[in-house]
Amino acid sequence: MRRAPVVRPAARAAEFIAQDAIHEPAHDARLWDLRVRRDAAARGVHEWERLRDLASKIREHTLGRLDAYLEEFEHNAERKGIRVHWARDAGEHNRIVFDIFRARGVTEVVKSKSMLQEECGMTPFLEERGIRVTETDLGERIQQLDGQPPGHIVMPAIHKTRADIARLFAREIGSDAGNDDPRYLTESMRRSLRERFLAAGACMTGANFAVAGTGAFVVCTNEGNADLGASLPPLHVASIGIEKIVPRTEHLGVLVRLLSRSALGSPITRYTSHFAGPRRGGEMHVVLVDNGRSRLLGREEFRRSLKCIRCGACMNTCPVFRHSGGLAYGSIYSGPIGAILGPAMDERKFRELPFHSTLCGSCTQVCPVKVDISDQILAWRRVLSAGAQTPLLRRQAVRTAGRILGSPKILRAVTKAGRRLLAGAPRILAGSRLLSPWTQHRDLPPAPRRSFREWYLDERKGRGTKQP
Amino acid sequence: MRAGLFIPCYVDALHPEVGIATLELLERLGVEVSYPIDQTCCGQPPASNGDQESAARAERVFVRSFAECDAVVGPSASCVRQIRDHLDALEQTDDVRRVRRATFEIVEFLHDVLRVESLPWTEFPHRVGLHNSCSMVRGIGLASPSEVMGPAFNKAEDLLRKVKGLTLVPIDRVDECCGFGGTFSLTGGAVSARMGLARVDDHVRHGAEWITSCDVSCLMHLRGIASRQRRDVKFVHIAQVLNGGPM
Repeated sequence: MRRAPVVRPAARAAEFIAQDAIHEPAHDARLWDLRVRRDAAARGVHEWERLRDLASKIREHTLGRLDAYLEEFEHNAERKGIRVHWARDAGEHNRIVFDIFRARGVTEVVKSKSMLQEECGMTPFLEERGIRVTETDLGERIQQLDGQPPGHIVMPAIHKTRADIARLFAREIGSDAGNDDPRYLTESMRRSLRERFLAAGACMTGANFAVAGTGAFVVCTNEGNADLGASLPPLHVASIGIEKIVPRTEHLGVLVRLLSRSALGSPITRYTSHFAGPRRGGEMHVVLVDNGRSRLLGREEFRRSLKCIRCGACMNTCPVFRHSGGLAYGSIYSGPIGAILGPAMDERKFRELPFHSTLCGSCTQVCPVKVDISDQILAWRRVLSAGAQTPLLRRQAVRTAGRILGSPKILRAVTKAGRRLLAGAPRILAGSRLLSPWTQHRDLPPAPRRSFREWYLDERKGRGTKQP
Repeated sequence: MRAGLFIPCYVDALHPEVGIATLELLERLGVEVSYPIDQTCCGQPPASNGDQESAARAERVFVRSFAECDAVVGPSASCVRQIRDHLDALEQTDDVRRVRRATFEIVEFLHDVLRVESLPWTEFPHRVGLHNSCSMVRGIGLASPSEVMGPAFNKAEDLLRKVKGLTLVPIDRVDECCGFGGTFSLTGGAVSARMGLARVDDHVRHGAEWITSCDVSCLMHLRGIASRQRRDVKFVHIAQVLNGGPM
């Protein structure tokens, strides 16, 4: 099997920071603003913490009976005239979708945002087979035109500035490169996309939730693009991850209240559309996709990551994400949630993601369904370390640290030698391989005359002056 | 009250003044303090890198050093958090469990165990910014996390308000991570440094003359960045402030 190269998020983040003095500060400021809005929205719901509790329980309950709920969903959806397909992995998903289009002679498709379809690499698969695929979510469309994957699961182009987008649109859809007014840019794209909507033979969406008890699924957008797509061509294909199930419609009363408040600080997405069967004369298909989810469900320490409802709040709150940019993670799912979903999908390729974190814990506290993200990042470090999936040098350094810290005598000797070096030859110490990653950005502290332990032995057990 | 003094490895080596302040502060408050001379570390450097086998070596020394103490008190929220939540590379014997339960961070110990009402020996007539570290807030619960909706509290602020002359400076992002993150400060250097500078500037922008915290590690990182970037602000551990100011 072809092995994908290991993603190095720290190096890519360093490039994101170094590119100029605009992008990284803007990325941080915008996402922090969303965190502030989320806090305000949450404060406005007095039972917020109780909602989080309930949401967590609903998600855990559902994951515990996923097989039964999936079959219930299939049964009810088919009764409504929705064709339900099952895909074991990305390849099966893409073939099912392609076969649907080929059988009906569809050569052009409009799609709304779906992380699952990104995960499956669906667009390149279809395009290689002669089907034109157009993203209709503004942010996704920007990324598609720029040949980049999404940089954020909710706001795919959040790492770009208005000027970047004006230049891109001028190049790709012929708008005025000098006009970066958001209204003008949006209107230019709206016009360009209208042609694609009208030409499309099919529409594709993802789903935020699929209701077992009714067989309906729910798509949340702020642009109405999914609804326009579903209203024009007669064929609608939705890709739905098997973890998106909720038992009953009433459970949406908890989850939908949390989703957009957590994502953007707005009470609800502008469009929360329930699709409950094909239009008259039309067709509706649902592809239920596993792609590693049932394997994850079987891993006790990591299964709770399947509770995620993809709101992106963990990314907005994560300072490492805000200063790194989403593309640094080289993964469809970036930020804290990506750090635990990435290695679950490809342990080798994404082995550095759990280490691109300070374990600050903000993700766990902000998560609307209480995924213990930070603890799972640490748990992944344990798995990767035990499986020798960490760089050899780092592993040896950590083991050496363990030896030193496991012996009072050795630690004392190292402390003393280190302090002497710091006092006598700070330049040599600063330039050493061990410390240069520290001193590249920070000055070293001055060396104290004695360690605490030496002070204690001198002052409290013996005699001397009271000066450290 | 008898307590074992826990001086984390880097405090011992680089910031003995923080250890001295912690010791003196406890003694002022009438605590009988012993310092187990053969202690090393909480085991966090290997543990947070996922190396449980190496962490176990340090954990064993920790438990052995403090097995006899009624309480273990140290000037580091991060290390106390490690002991409390993650000292699990060892078999969880009665000794291990007891030591984990008995370990406190200094502010927590003053606030919750000793229930200190006043600190008459203190005076710190300065504008001070409090760096609410991740370990203080989301780790050991010294303050309400900004993400969670509920009554707000901050035990470190409660104590700082008892210090004569001290003015607490409000900042924009009250409990944002400074980017230290243990080995992340080395492996994620560029991001770590940006996060650190953002924290320093938040305090400086609001007129802080000093930045204080319960975590020496965060302060070391922030001080190193402030010095490199020539920001005009000084750093002091909270134990030093509560003990009457830096020596």
